[in-house]
Amino acid sequence: MRDVAVISFAQLCRREYTEGNDIEILIEPVNRALAGAGLTRAEIDFTTGGSNDFLVGQAFSFVRALDVVGVYPCKEDSHVEMDAAWALYEAWVRIQCGDVDTALIWGLGKTSLGSLDELMTLSVDPYYMAPLCPDPTSLAAIGARALLDAGACTEAELADIAAARQRAAVDNPAVDWDRARTATEIMAEPYRAAPLRASTSSPATDGAAAMVIAAAEVATRVCERPAWIRGIDHRTDAHALGVRDLTISESARVAAERAGAAARPIEVAEVHAAYAHEEVVLRRALGLGVDTAINPSGGALTSDPLMATGLIRVGEAASRIFDGTAHRVLAHATAGPCLQNNLVMVMEA
Amino acid sequence: MSGRIAAVVGIGQTRLARRLHMSIAELTRAAALRALADAHMTWDDIDAVVLGKTPDVFDGHLFPEYFLADALGAVGKPIIRIHTAGSVGGHTAIQAAHLVNAGVFDKVLTVAYAKESEGDINWAVGGGGLPFYSTLVAGPGGYFAPHIRAYMRRTGAPDHIGIKIAYKDRRNAAKNPYAHNPDPDITYEAIESSPMLWDPIRYFETCPSSDGACAMVITDESNAHRGAHPPAWIRGTACRSEPSTAPRRDTVDPIGGREAAKEAYAKAGVSDPIAEIDCAELYVPFSWYEAMWVENMGLADIGGGWRNADTGANEIDGAMPINMSGGLMSGNATGATGMIRLAEAAMQVRGQAGDHQVDGARLALGHAMGGASSYFAVWVVGSEKPA
Repeated sequence: MRDVAVISFAQLCRREYTEGNDIEILIEPVNRALAGAGLTRAEIDFTTGGSNDFLVGQAFSFVRALDVVGVYPCKEDSHVEMDAAWALYEAWVRIQCGDVDTALIWGLGKTSLGSLDELMTLSVDPYYMAPLCPDPTSLAAIGARALLDAGACTEAELADIAAARQRAAVDNPAVDWDRARTATEIMAEPYRAAPLRASTSSPATDGAAAMVIAAAEVATRVCERPAWIRGIDHRTDAHALGVRDLTISESARVAAERAGAAARPIEVAEVHAAYAHEEVVLRRALGLGVDTAINPSGGALTSDPLMATGLIRVGEAASRIFDGTAHRVLAHATAGPCLQNNLVMVMEA
Repeated sequence: MSGRIAAVVGIGQTRLARRLHMSIAELTRAAALRALADAHMTWDDIDAVVLGKTPDVFDGHLFPEYFLADALGAVGKPIIRIHTAGSVGGHTAIQAAHLVNAGVFDKVLTVAYAKESEGDINWAVGGGGLPFYSTLVAGPGGYFAPHIRAYMRRTGAPDHIGIKIAYKDRRNAAKNPYAHNPDPDITYEAIESSPMLWDPIRYFETCPSSDGACAMVITDESNAHRGAHPPAWIRGTACRSEPSTAPRRDTVDPIGGREAAKEAYAKAGVSDPIAEIDCAELYVPFSWYEAMWVENMGLADIGGGWRNADTGANEIDGAMPINMSGGLMSGNATGATGMIRLAEAAMQVRGQAGDHQVDGARLALGHAMGGASSYFAVWVVGSEKPA
């Protein structure tokens, strides 16, 4: 395997982005990621991204992102209709082929254009589940209930997790968050879908993110502290909730194992938990102990732009290596109801 | 080629038609099972699944990789879903090849599909209406017709070329067991007298809207010889995208297609494609585009693409056979179409194309196009292992 590193990352997230349209939100992160890497658009060998047509209500909406990414006159390029963390995986695979050295990965989701809870009812099995119109928070609540019933955590502990993420978010300029609520305040919130409340589930967010990764030859030349990708893997579980044990995440466990997470201690982990109880599930599945700082960015509980959230986890984890505060970090991305599909990546200084 | 050698060792397709009685899971699984059978493999052999389809808006269902994980045997494995406009089937197959080239996995299943009977593709493509952005207004035909006119003006191609290509493709489609509404009795006159939809594109010069799926098993060298058919060695792959609305771009001879072909040929060690490529499957949604794409792919001299059609050089027994399967005239399940082109090219060099087999085909080009002639994914496959 070639040594490949994350060398630059940028994001722009707002509860509601009103300064531009669904594509314009991508301009600033792409420009900042390229500037951070010290590379021009022409020096990027491969571009790929993750976005979703339904958020915009337009087939082929991602085609317009090419104007931001800057592929003129033409460039090797791809796109996944998944969280952009999977676009990152695609880019890493592409660099492993040997004839591509640099890649720009982008992800964007302007979720405020519609109702995410209504939209996501279309993402489950169209024959057996979609007719029931289950929104993602209600499905997550089934997982949360299973965890509470199993005695793996309490509602108060979920409130503690949410309160801690909100405190972290206030300190993170990349997250649009003004005031941290206390666990007591959170426990007084009405249920959004019992046992999940507003603060123990993620807020609809508009956001975009961009990342540059490069093979060692380029990474060592342009980046002071590259975040070297030591392992990356993704796995899916079955879709139907009825055949899964929602108190565990087998696919996350296998992905972490294959990414080599357990080889040495993880200092910081950014896990893609849009619901507080999913942190509990993931902490166990990923083998993260009490010494690992979880989601110091505030995590998806405070900023969750669909299609970019997973890539942002990678970017936030990599940033801990860029700034010298950590040497070994883990990033996790998820997709599908109740943590169905999971990607794990381990990076080192 | 870059990285490890990869080969196509199993190919499966479903019949292209309106498959109202089949679910998306049944459709994709049927193609996958045929590919596995062809490869002499089972679900357990597969390391990873790469899925492709065109916009979710086409069939009104989001993130199909979630529920198809079960039908495609992906549980416990990686599944990734590619979406790059009409070229997606090509990009999807090439991503599967990359997983093998990169040394990440040895045996990859790749599946692409569309179930267009669930929606209305002309509405989904032409809808638009986003402020400050051009739309395709009259559907794909309305977008592509003026570029065909530009090609005719540029090359002096006579009016009947579109009819001739459609006539050849529709006769070829009658030899393809998966074709949508095959008509062995089709006549030149029937095409000529069919209604003009988007001048100069007539009804029978237009591809149908189909449901269908295609699947391939792509492996490393050590797993390439299990099946009854020889492997199709992936000699060179390339992808290019270009901005759809850049004022200076050449939409008749797009640089993205030209550069993709150049890279794929270079990787495959092909220096003279006209002499060395035995046949090609090209993404031709409207018959005129064959003349344009053979030039863009370097399979004819510039301005000479239409002459191949006029002289019959593009027939199965001609000097440069194009779309032996009938191409998109044999059906267009957009999400699968690009992969079918790449798969049909592989079938030719494996000698498994049946009634539409080109005698002695050893090196073939598969081509996928998408967007406003702005996304390209191509591969060169051969019966001989790359050096």
